[in-house]
Amino acid sequence: MTNKTVLHAKHLASGAKMVDFYGWEMPINYGSQIEEHNAVRTDAGMFDVSHMTIVDVQGTDAKDFLRRLVINDVAKLTVPGKALYTGMLNEAGGVIDDLIIYFFSDTNYRLVVNSATREKDLAWMTKQAAGFDITITERPEFGMIAVQGPEAIAKVGTLLSAEESAAVEGMKPFFGVQVGDLFIATTGYTGENGYEIIIPESAAEDLWQKLLDAGVAPCGLGARDTLRLEAGMNLYGLDMDETVSPIAANMAWTISWEPTDRDFIGRDVLTAQKSAGDQPKLVGLVLEEKGVLRTAQKVITEAGEGIITSGTFSPTLGHSVALARVPRSVKVGDVVEVEMRKKLVKVTVTKPSFVRNGKKVF
Amino acid sequence: MSNIPSELKYATSHEWVRLESDGTATIGITEHAQGLLGDMVFVELPDIDDSISVGDDVAVAESVKAASDIYAPVSGTVVAINEELEDAPELLNSDAFGGGWLFKVKLDDASELENLLDAEGYKNSIDED
Repeated sequence: MTNKTVLHAKHLASGAKMVDFYGWEMPINYGSQIEEHNAVRTDAGMFDVSHMTIVDVQGTDAKDFLRRLVINDVAKLTVPGKALYTGMLNEAGGVIDDLIIYFFSDTNYRLVVNSATREKDLAWMTKQAAGFDITITERPEFGMIAVQGPEAIAKVGTLLSAEESAAVEGMKPFFGVQVGDLFIATTGYTGENGYEIIIPESAAEDLWQKLLDAGVAPCGLGARDTLRLEAGMNLYGLDMDETVSPIAANMAWTISWEPTDRDFIGRDVLTAQKSAGDQPKLVGLVLEEKGVLRTAQKVITEAGEGIITSGTFSPTLGHSVALARVPRSVKVGDVVEVEMRKKLVKVTVTKPSFVRNGKKVF
Repeated sequence: MSNIPSELKYATSHEWVRLESDGTATIGITEHAQGLLGDMVFVELPDIDDSISVGDDVAVAESVKAASDIYAPVSGTVVAINEELEDAPELLNSDAFGGGWLFKVKLDDASELENLLDAEGYKNSIDED
């Protein structure tokens, strides 16, 4: 059974090449993924992310439930609309999924989780909900469009009503606001400014067309992957999964250790890992010569072996970059080797982030 | 449906061969192949004077998506390579049968061309994929 988003016909009309993405028929590109990538870095591009799973968690115990469920602390959220990136762990400290949580009130939160992990996420949340006075409601009746790039906010702005414009005026990064039928958030997966817009399915095609007419380039999953990788953002299933600790996936910054009496799932395991200091870590790798680093290639360092979790050609930089899990003692600036197509090539270790707001950052 | 010029010969591994008037053969990859690979980012070519045999992996076309070996469809000596691809690998995408040519070979045995597919045969081979 292949799912189609509400924008499927729009993709075909724009000449999209469609692929299966975990049961969803999605656009991989509309011709050239590099041109789409560059549109987002220099102008504005949009992605259909309607396949992503929106889950509302509501009820008297919503806050207490989420303080147990995820590694970041939703108690930090006090301003309505503020968003939080975090991970949801199993009892063994492995990452079930990464997600964004939007705060509306202590009894009302919206979660956006990956589509590829939808079923296990919902099953896990439902299981953990026992004893909490909450409701968990999936919201499949919405489409979702991410508009990203230096001109994204201005181009969306030309389409908004006076009420909508007022609602998003001056909104800081990582906030969302419900205004009429639209939920507009300053979140994204590209390292550029922009919005993610949640919209009733009945209105999604019309918004997509208006964005096209406003000069926003339709972009597929291919460009989405090179953009997020340049931005050093993890992709679930490649950079982390249930066998990987958030400490080994550049997600330690999403763990809230304080207060120490907050008993989130996986806390004891993470605490032990932190004191042992033996978890590997996720770093960036840069290859300036010819060739492209790819997922699963072996990394050879003086401290032992590692592995590339995601690699690609960076259209912005003109050479290959990768995220790799390596022994913790490997340092930024080290030169290590990657086994690539029958030969060893030298690569430089960087922080796991390469491009932000169109600029090289390492 | 992608373009398959009738004057060329083809290998099932998606290389095309054009016999030039001077008796050399020009080799590239088909429009169908570039479509499968997507945006090209690097091309590795053989060296001039390399001696190659049918089936050797002699070049690599690397796209954003994957690295793909290119096999010699004929035997001979490499007499020219397309140096423009160094700075413009996207020529393989935009002009697979023209500006995206890879290298030229002085043939050891022109009768090898008869072992390759014609346009009809190549079309049938990709329809089966």
